[in-house]
Amino acid sequence: MLLIILRRLGQSFFVLFLVALISFMMFRYVGNPVDNLLGQEATVEQREALIEALGLNDPLFIQYFDFVTRVLQFDFGNSYRGALPVADMILERLPATLELALVSAFFAMFFGVVMGVFTAINRRGITGNFILSSSLIGVSLPTFLIGVLLIWVFSVELKWLPSFGRGEVVELGGWTTGFLTVSGLKSLILPGITLGLYQMTLIMRLTRAEMLEVLRQDYIKFARARGLSERAVYFGHALRNTLIPVITVAGLQLGSIVAFAIITETVFQWPGVGLMFINAVFFVDIPVMSAYLLLVGTLFVMINLIVDLLYLAIDPRIRDGQLKRQER
Amino acid sequence: MTDILLSVRNLRVVFPHRHGDLVPIDDISFNVKKGEIIGFVGESGAGKSMTGAAIMGLIDDPGIIESGEIWLGDVRIDQLDAKRLIKIRGKRIGMIFQDPLTSLNPLKTIGDQLVETILAHLPVNADQAKRKALIGLEEVGIDSGRFNAFPHEFSGGMRQRVVIALALAAEPELIIADEPTTALDVSVQAQVLELLKKLCRERNASVMLITHDMGVIAETTDRVAVLYAGRLAEIGNTASLLSSPRHPYTRGLIASTPSVEHGDISTHLYQIEGSMPRLDALPTGCSFHPRCQDALPRCRLRQPEVINESVACFLYE
Repeated sequence: MLLIILRRLGQSFFVLFLVALISFMMFRYVGNPVDNLLGQEATVEQREALIEALGLNDPLFIQYFDFVTRVLQFDFGNSYRGALPVADMILERLPATLELALVSAFFAMFFGVVMGVFTAINRRGITGNFILSSSLIGVSLPTFLIGVLLIWVFSVELKWLPSFGRGEVVELGGWTTGFLTVSGLKSLILPGITLGLYQMTLIMRLTRAEMLEVLRQDYIKFARARGLSERAVYFGHALRNTLIPVITVAGLQLGSIVAFAIITETVFQWPGVGLMFINAVFFVDIPVMSAYLLLVGTLFVMINLIVDLLYLAIDPRIRDGQLKRQER
Repeated sequence: MTDILLSVRNLRVVFPHRHGDLVPIDDISFNVKKGEIIGFVGESGAGKSMTGAAIMGLIDDPGIIESGEIWLGDVRIDQLDAKRLIKIRGKRIGMIFQDPLTSLNPLKTIGDQLVETILAHLPVNADQAKRKALIGLEEVGIDSGRFNAFPHEFSGGMRQRVVIALALAAEPELIIADEPTTALDVSVQAQVLELLKKLCRERNASVMLITHDMGVIAETTDRVAVLYAGRLAEIGNTASLLSSPRHPYTRGLIASTPSVEHGDISTHLYQIEGSMPRLDALPTGCSFHPRCQDALPRCRLRQPEVINESVACFLYE
């Protein structure tokens, strides 16, 4: 078991090095870092000094090695624009994005699975069909439009919820959280829904399809023939088999929630890394962009790893299959 | 008539369909006595499995029992609501399906599946249920050390043993075994059948054995019912039906079964010409008449009734 985990970890590190390579290439070759840093009026001596300082004359793989070494020490260089260390900028803004992603993911997962199971069980009911048809809206409307609509209804017309920002935040040892204040929680609702709605409908439809598929299986028929209650059949037998593929997709979607937070953060002026990235794009702030790429890449890899390990925990067949391969 | 456990009367199952209803079971009546093993034989689609599903109340959508009655003892079970049906399924009637590889939930240990079945039906606590489950496993010849094993860790034959233990867990009076050995190796088939027979005899439980294998019928059953295209063709004691079949279809079925007795392997197997009609294209009159060598003119016009609770054929009127 430990071996399996170690091997998965090894694969993850390999992927991360590739991501770092792309990030490095971007930093090195998109635009000229020297021009970006010094501007047009620099003297030749100044340029030479900077090239030497950045190590741009070294062989490429040494540059890459230096880059990775620095990244491992959370040194992503300075932002071209604010001259602040990129690492500090990210650390300052990451809590906002992660809290937003967490709320959205929870919202999407919880309501997605509950409604998916409901619509699968009540396949012919009016409520189930209504939920199913209205979920099409969630899939087909673009995120920014949903965000703007929500702001219009709940902030502008009803004035229930704030339309932008995080509200009051509390600082907890370098982590700023909006979970502890009323205005912070209220501010999370609209962007949370906006960001999670698409994922929720996706998870709901997937859960429904998988559940219907599972309900056709012989072991469900046999469970019924054994006289188990409908509840035991649905939740004891069908749900667990349904959740295996759902967890995979939901896990991967969690990554895209963070990645797509860019749009929601822009609509709600949410002070997270997504907004930071958009601003970086406007100003061709390469270090910020490449650091963001690394961050999202790392997140995806970590989520994949967790999903794989969850698989092992849930499905005994995969667990045994892996162990057998290990023995060979 | 107190020794009758299950009584099916004029059962008719209908699947509504755009181009006219499909009738997989048409006017079937039979009784199952206490402690007897009754075989149901026929080609695929003859209505064998559907009869079992109808008794269990497990007909797939959109099928319905259009008419007829099913009585278990003195309880009519074809109209029960879901809540009372649950008390019959598993508790009074157990069912075994064809494919042991797919009958068990792959994510639960066999012990869990046994315990939950026992807890659903018997007034016992978790400890007692576990003890009972262990006894059940031992009875079907599975080592109690494998209580916490998952289904995929067993071979097909072993899984069918687990399925039998599950079906018998709440000590039902009737077992519906739907082709319980079809998916198994021939050498394992006999073991599983013998086990099923033994356990049911010990409990004085009746068995409805659904199969298309005449050999299994001959070895295992007390009585046999022959189905053809959703109707009962012939029913009777296994010995007399096999030695002197009356319905032309039964005769064809027996003649087309290979025999290896006395080392005498007949090289020419009899075939019944043609194939069973599809449900949406049943001929008029007796549905077997296009394949019947003894067909009379009236076979084309009217459906024969079952005469003397034994055979549905105009030759014997």
